[in-house]
Amino acid sequence: MHGSGISIWFFIGVLLAIYGFMICGYGIYEMITGQVAHVALAYLHAPVWWGGIMLALGAFYCLRFRPAKG
Amino acid sequence: MALRLGMFVEAKQQLAHLSALDVVVIAVYFAMVIWIGFYLKQKANTSEEFFMAGREMTAWIAGLSFVSANLGSLELMGWAGSAYQYGILAAHWYWIGAIPAMLFLGLVMMPFYYVSKTHSVPGYLKLRFGESSRVLAAVSFGFMTILMSGVNMFAMAVVMKVVLGWDITFSILMSSLAVAVYVTLGGLRSAIFNEVLQFMLIWGGALLVPILGLIEAGGWTNLKAQILTNYQGIDYTHMWRGLGHFSSNPMGVHWTGIVFGLGFVISFGYWTTDFLVVQRVLAADSLRSAQMAPIIGSFFKMAVPFIVILPGLLALVVLHNPDGTLMHLVGENAVSAANPHSYNEVLPLMLVRYCGPGLLGLGITALIAGFMSGMAGNVSAFSAVWTYDIYQPHIRKNAPDKHYVAVGRWATILGIVVSIGTAYLVMHAQGIMDYVQALFTFFIAPLLGTILLGMFWKRATAAGGFWGLLAGTATSISLFVWVKLDHAALSIVALSPDAKDMAENIYRALWSWVVCVLVTIIVSYFGTARPEAELKGLVYGATVLPNEGPVPLIKNHWFWAAIAVVIFFVLNLIFF
Repeated sequence: MHGSGISIWFFIGVLLAIYGFMICGYGIYEMITGQVAHVALAYLHAPVWWGGIMLALGAFYCLRFRPAKG
Repeated sequence: MALRLGMFVEAKQQLAHLSALDVVVIAVYFAMVIWIGFYLKQKANTSEEFFMAGREMTAWIAGLSFVSANLGSLELMGWAGSAYQYGILAAHWYWIGAIPAMLFLGLVMMPFYYVSKTHSVPGYLKLRFGESSRVLAAVSFGFMTILMSGVNMFAMAVVMKVVLGWDITFSILMSSLAVAVYVTLGGLRSAIFNEVLQFMLIWGGALLVPILGLIEAGGWTNLKAQILTNYQGIDYTHMWRGLGHFSSNPMGVHWTGIVFGLGFVISFGYWTTDFLVVQRVLAADSLRSAQMAPIIGSFFKMAVPFIVILPGLLALVVLHNPDGTLMHLVGENAVSAANPHSYNEVLPLMLVRYCGPGLLGLGITALIAGFMSGMAGNVSAFSAVWTYDIYQPHIRKNAPDKHYVAVGRWATILGIVVSIGTAYLVMHAQGIMDYVQALFTFFIAPLLGTILLGMFWKRATAAGGFWGLLAGTATSISLFVWVKLDHAALSIVALSPDAKDMAENIYRALWSWVVCVLVTIIVSYFGTARPEAELKGLVYGATVLPNEGPVPLIKNHWFWAAIAVVIFFVLNLIFF
């Protein structure tokens, strides 16, 4: 987008960061408590690393395209 | 793209149960899209802003939106099911069935759409062929777009019922209200913003499935070996080797149909003339961006089979019944206690297999996002065509700009209300669904013939354009009815007694395009062509295309198109 205002990439960053935080957080909770969901390949702890990737990507987009930068 | 939307006709025991975390994930998504709608309301005050997003979209945003508007959830689930049923042949709809056309749009056709400053594809027909062609195209497009929107809405609601046990009315109202809010408030800009957001979500929610699936299957080589062991005699993993004859591949098609019918007529018809996708590119901020957008989109389109086709192939190997035997998915009509799941449940089944709390919510959100992006695409395109091509020229000319913005907003709401009505109509008479989907394809193939001749042949006349379009559409409808009345006619329409339903769609499109082109040429030769001066900006050879000056190689659209072509050929060779 041109001009002033919030970039679409900032919205995407916010959403990815929120999702990443929630999913990664739940994955860590699963690891700590040992109450792992009954899914295939649960031992890979996909929520931890997938959520972590989303959180990192979201944080990058939030910073890179934060509204203050225009 | 031509859709293969299976239906979940019967409500069965739901596949998945959402946790509180999943519900929060879905709720956050809805809050975000509505926030975007309210935020962008301030930027949708003029008709140019509301219908064309102010023509301010960068190439990346227009390109992602261009692909996302096509990436509906039913597209995802339908083609994942097709991959389970037909194997990797289904990837043809993403590669040869999209990439050449997208590159052609960006490199060759976009300058004419963009330079003519048209607001819509029917608007281009008005400039080139006159009012009658525009009205024919606008009415058929508007009518079919809304019907398709309703059909998809119902199908999505039934999916949610089967997967999650949600009430159909709840699903329809929740998703359509959200779309109504953000498109009515923010217009095309809001639709495009949300489509980009939805595109990212679709990848975030769906990419994990093939990654985990490949890990479980032991990699691509092991996957192929297991498919070969489990399904001997059927070639699920080669794209071209089995296309020498109709009977030597599970889809019942021939390579001529794939190359000329799908790769040319259906693909070019959809990607270069369907206003649903072209509208996104017309919103670009410059001709260079408008040309780059479909090229950028082509790279992402080439990657989509990894989240759609690959899960379908993986399901052939990793899905097992509770007793440990291999699960066999069947057609909708063959679902029974022994085989309780249909092809179309592949993606939800794979999601449930790998995704626990949070990730499952993300996957379901991806499906909802896909549905909403498709619906927003339909209603925003309908709103523009209704206002610019029907209301403004025929009902109220020369009204203040604010009036047309208001009409656009009401058209959006009307479009959604009619879509909901169609959804309930289909619910009570599901046979209608097949007809509505086929009807949509009736207009695409002949429209391609009309647009191509109009854009590249100065001799084409207004009468030729109109009668060609009408004759092509009539041919398509006639062939459809003929096969419906007498299924043996399929062997004539699709050129082989071994042809299957998929081949019929492809060859029907091919014949309707041929008739459209022939009639346009013949009628044009009986008339007088417009003076060349009147064709400036509309026809190749009569138009001096703007030169935006030299650019570095990294920003040159021909350079990126060449890379896309190389990747396209490499992918086809790898999976030959």
